[in-house]
Amino acid sequence: MLFRGRYSGSSFSELLDVDFPQLRAESSSGLSQGRGALEIPHGTTVLAMRYEGGVLMAGDRLATAGHMVASRDVEKVYMADAHSLVAIAGAAGPAMELARLLRIELEHYEKIEGEALELEGKANKLSQMVRANLPAAMQGMVVVPVFAGYDLRRHMGRLWKYDVTGGRYEEAEFETSGSGGIYAKESLKKAWRPGLSSGEAIRIALQALTDAADEDRATGGVDLARGIYPIVKLATASGVEDVPEATLRQVYRERIEIARTPAVAE
Amino acid sequence: MSMPFYVSPEQLMQDKAEYAKKGIARGKSIVALEFDRGIALVAENPSSLSKIGEIYDRIAFAGVGKFSEFDQLRKIGVRYCDVKGYSYSREDVRAKGLANAYSQAIGDVFTRELKPLEVEIVVAEVGDDQLAGQEQNAMYRVQFDGSISDHTGYCVIGGTVESLEAYLQSNYREGMPLGEALRLGRDALSSANGGTPIAAENLEVCTLDRDRGGRKFRRASADEINDILGTGE
Repeated sequence: MLFRGRYSGSSFSELLDVDFPQLRAESSSGLSQGRGALEIPHGTTVLAMRYEGGVLMAGDRLATAGHMVASRDVEKVYMADAHSLVAIAGAAGPAMELARLLRIELEHYEKIEGEALELEGKANKLSQMVRANLPAAMQGMVVVPVFAGYDLRRHMGRLWKYDVTGGRYEEAEFETSGSGGIYAKESLKKAWRPGLSSGEAIRIALQALTDAADEDRATGGVDLARGIYPIVKLATASGVEDVPEATLRQVYRERIEIARTPAVAE
Repeated sequence: MSMPFYVSPEQLMQDKAEYAKKGIARGKSIVALEFDRGIALVAENPSSLSKIGEIYDRIAFAGVGKFSEFDQLRKIGVRYCDVKGYSYSREDVRAKGLANAYSQAIGDVFTRELKPLEVEIVVAEVGDDQLAGQEQNAMYRVQFDGSISDHTGYCVIGGTVESLEAYLQSNYREGMPLGEALRLGRDALSSANGGTPIAAENLEVCTLDRDRGGRKFRRASADEINDILGTGE
């Protein structure tokens, strides 16, 4: 059975297409075309920004299905490999599958070829994977990721946004996606500047997510009662790291303090 | 009408085995050694084409013999494991299943095809302290005819297995730190070469390190090999 495979390249998704079509999700068939015929969980606000040491990526934790909460603690920001991150917004099922597939895809390539893809190569591969999801997107299963990572050749963080057709656009500053993305973007627009420190980047990311949760009912803010905080990850020269919850808690407290302190009359 | 020559099955198998052994003996041997925190794979390999590779989170591969053949086997192993991990879970991917699949496939080629594979491989898996029932290391050696064996402590493949095994039997001890294991591996390989110590830049060293999170496989650079060889730990 080991030698029966026909595929001999280095892409995992192509391997599935050629030799294991039964494992490929039938992404478009079986879904009704009517609006709202099927309430599929959707993930909501994610953002990415460049800062001094690389890139930061953050996302809220809420998944909604129509007017219902589907989950309060989903993860929308994933480590794609040692130096890159992918954030997903859209239909939760296909989006998570896309993130998982990307991760295996990058690792598979690295193992088969003996060296990792360049950051641009990874971004491009994701573009093809989003394009492959187009038939499903046409039926409402829209998945739009944001991809970011640390470019080890150019010594800087880079980030890309995508559209449903697989279009790929590199952004120099920041990008947001999801239903609350527009509010998060407005927030970042005012706070972002070149050469942010990681601390400042975390602060404005949390602010942007809170602003998005304020305006968009499908975006979850900080849930103090349950102790649920957004997911924030950094990709730097030394790899991907999670920003610990304790740090986020601290930053959030400080923000509330500032917001509650009355302005002093001059 | 031409009469085909009759060759007895015994003769046929013997010829194939001899052919395969000859091919394997042309290359250098590889040793896999358990150390206190994992498994080290050591090969004499001055070229940039690797004989040791990563298969999955806790599984490594090493091959001797014909490069194109064992490298193809390595890639097939990566595909086998990635598909298995994708359709089930990452913890379901085990060295035993992979080694068995290799054994079947290599054995099949040996009996069915005219030319056997001129390869010998080792599949090594480091245990995970966090997974109950999966804490133990495992090492499997698969030969050109598909015969498979499991090993503890050390595992040798290549043309000089007997002398290397004898060397390791008298010098290997359980729970060695990495530096000591690596020196032992180098000395064992050197002993098969007449005793001149192999230079660090001619060694290919990869480890499966228990203490690493996620992917346990790591390829050591020439500088790192020098550092590890020089340390007492």
